[in-house]
Amino acid sequence: MKTLLIGEYREGRLLESTYELLGFAQALGADSSLFIVAREDQLPAFAGKLYLADAAAAGEYNPDLHRELIFQAVEQEQPDYIVFLHSSYGWDLAPRVAAKLKIAQVSEISAITAGEFEVGCCNAKMRRSVKPATEKAVLTIQAGAFPVLQPGGSPQIRKLTASLSSNLEFVGYEPAEAKDVDLAKAEVIVTAGRGIGKKENVPVIHALAKALGGELGASRPVVDAGWVEHSHQVGTTGQTVSPKLYIACGVSGAIQHLAGMKKSDFIIAINKDKDAPIGEVADVLVVADVMQFVPAMTAKLGR
Amino acid sequence: MKLLVCVKQVPDMESRFKPDSRGVWFSETDLAWRMNEYDEYAVEEAVKLREQLGESCELTVLSIGPDRVGEVIKKALAMGADRAVHVQDLDAAGKDPWQIASIIAGYAKEQSYDIIFTGMQSQDRGSAQVGVLVAELLGFTCATTLVGFAFADGVITAKRELEGGLKGVAKLQIPAVVTCQLGLNIPRYPTLPNIMKAKRKEIAAIPVTELLKEEPLAATTSFHPPAKKGGGVVLEGDVGELVEKVIAILKDKTAVLR
Ligand SMILES: Cc1cc2nc3c(=O)[nH]c(=O)nc-3n(C[C@H](O)[C@H](O)[C@H](O)COP(=O)(O)OP(=O)(O)OC[C@H]3O[C@@H](n4cnc5c(N)ncnc54)[C@H](O)[C@@H]3O)c2cc1C
Repeated sequence: MKTLLIGEYREGRLLESTYELLGFAQALGADSSLFIVAREDQLPAFAGKLYLADAAAAGEYNPDLHRELIFQAVEQEQPDYIVFLHSSYGWDLAPRVAAKLKIAQVSEISAITAGEFEVGCCNAKMRRSVKPATEKAVLTIQAGAFPVLQPGGSPQIRKLTASLSSNLEFVGYEPAEAKDVDLAKAEVIVTAGRGIGKKENVPVIHALAKALGGELGASRPVVDAGWVEHSHQVGTTGQTVSPKLYIACGVSGAIQHLAGMKKSDFIIAINKDKDAPIGEVADVLVVADVMQFVPAMTAKLGR
Repeated sequence: MKLLVCVKQVPDMESRFKPDSRGVWFSETDLAWRMNEYDEYAVEEAVKLREQLGESCELTVLSIGPDRVGEVIKKALAMGADRAVHVQDLDAAGKDPWQIASIIAGYAKEQSYDIIFTGMQSQDRGSAQVGVLVAELLGFTCATTLVGFAFADGVITAKRELEGGLKGVAKLQIPAVVTCQLGLNIPRYPTLPNIMKAKRKEIAAIPVTELLKEEPLAATTSFHPPAKKGGGVVLEGDVGELVEKVIAILKDKTAVLR
């Protein structure tokens, strides 16, 4: 079996997540070659074949052109699977490649079981096993689901070039907002999820954080709704934290949230839903109404 | 200008999911339904653009599914869409993203839309494919995961969300498809007068067989709960007792209360 792995490069640097693709290929027992749009001084440490397009010419975000470059690599390599990370680069580009080749795409694979791909669904509460109906397929893999594999060595480079006029023009990056709290330093984080119900309840969660000498965290909907500042957001599009104690209050446990906190030493979740996926990473799942439990706990700690 | 927004009806994610009789998707018994969260942002953004452009602009909402999807169509109309298309399909849930995209593109290709809005993914299926596939099938420009959208002089300025809070800005010529991410805007609640007004708006019904010409490219073979990792304790009962238990566990297992 042959895989063509699509590496990632951003703001002039190879992204470490590229090595998760190699971990996936190993789990699949497949031979792999890599494709990347990058600069020659930022190549992955990998001894196989590398299809390389120059980022100076092809741009970091130019999906129409990158699709054509990947197509060239596919023509030469004839892989069974074309594998992307399920990332802002991967989920944007993968369907374009699948459509061009008219082959199946299986999105956000988290495991391989008995030759089939397992993917999350229903906000991570359930799983599906999926089988491509086409001979070749495009796959995207869940961030953090497969081990980082850094084989070392230097690649045999095959250069690719293409030119294409596109109706999309990349303008540039906008940096993340400056943080007013550095959650990474906190020993205790108490996080408000959508289950707290309303903005007026945020101080109740904050009070427990203070009682434990910790910081307030927030899930994304709480930030999007303007209840808490973005600098408190935990997850793939917020901060990654690993405190001694993480208390998730009314957080369902979506993969993008878990990615930011699952390495915490001890995790307590308060949720009224016994089946909430946060239970998969929690050391203790307290099945309760968060607005009853949290004030009671803060009061008890205060005594 | 002609705008299209595609919406999906999904179950409330706090539901208990059980496999259906085929074992490949969830059973619909006892589920409450709502508009896919990502699509709410798509509808809001489309309605805002419709308001910006005024009477020269028309916004259509499209949904695929059985009769129950009429609810999300009505919601989008009450939020400000002008008209609707209901693609009637009793087995929309059994179709793969390629087929769903083909249905949408099959309808849209006769309509010469300028901008198509979709959510970046659905909450139940989560494939994040349909919007991009529609763009590819129609030959439209496309950008995904928008947390910023502006339209002026025929050009879209799209702000894409990347990892760790970084954003990427791109300019797109129309016709284009944009897929909307959480937080793009604050979706409005339909007001009572607008709900009443929406009742008079046109909903065209089209049987799916008129639009679908494609076979699926992938198949679901099983729908099941995740394998239990175990290890965690589940505590239930009286709140006062739960607090006592949790504090005892904190003293025992962590250093934070010492
Ligand atoms: C590309 C991308 C990036 C993302 N990045 C992030 C990120 O960085 N961080 C992040 O958090 N999310 C992120 N998300 C969103 C993520 O997918 C989820 O939508 C989000 O984490 C859900 O937040 P939540 O758990 O607070 O809300 P919900 O999923 O709505 O969960 C609310 C929970 O509260 C419980 N609940 C409700 N009422 C009560 C009550 N009274 N008492 C106790 N429990 C109650 C419910 O049972 C439920 O489990 C991202 C999504 C995408 C697509």
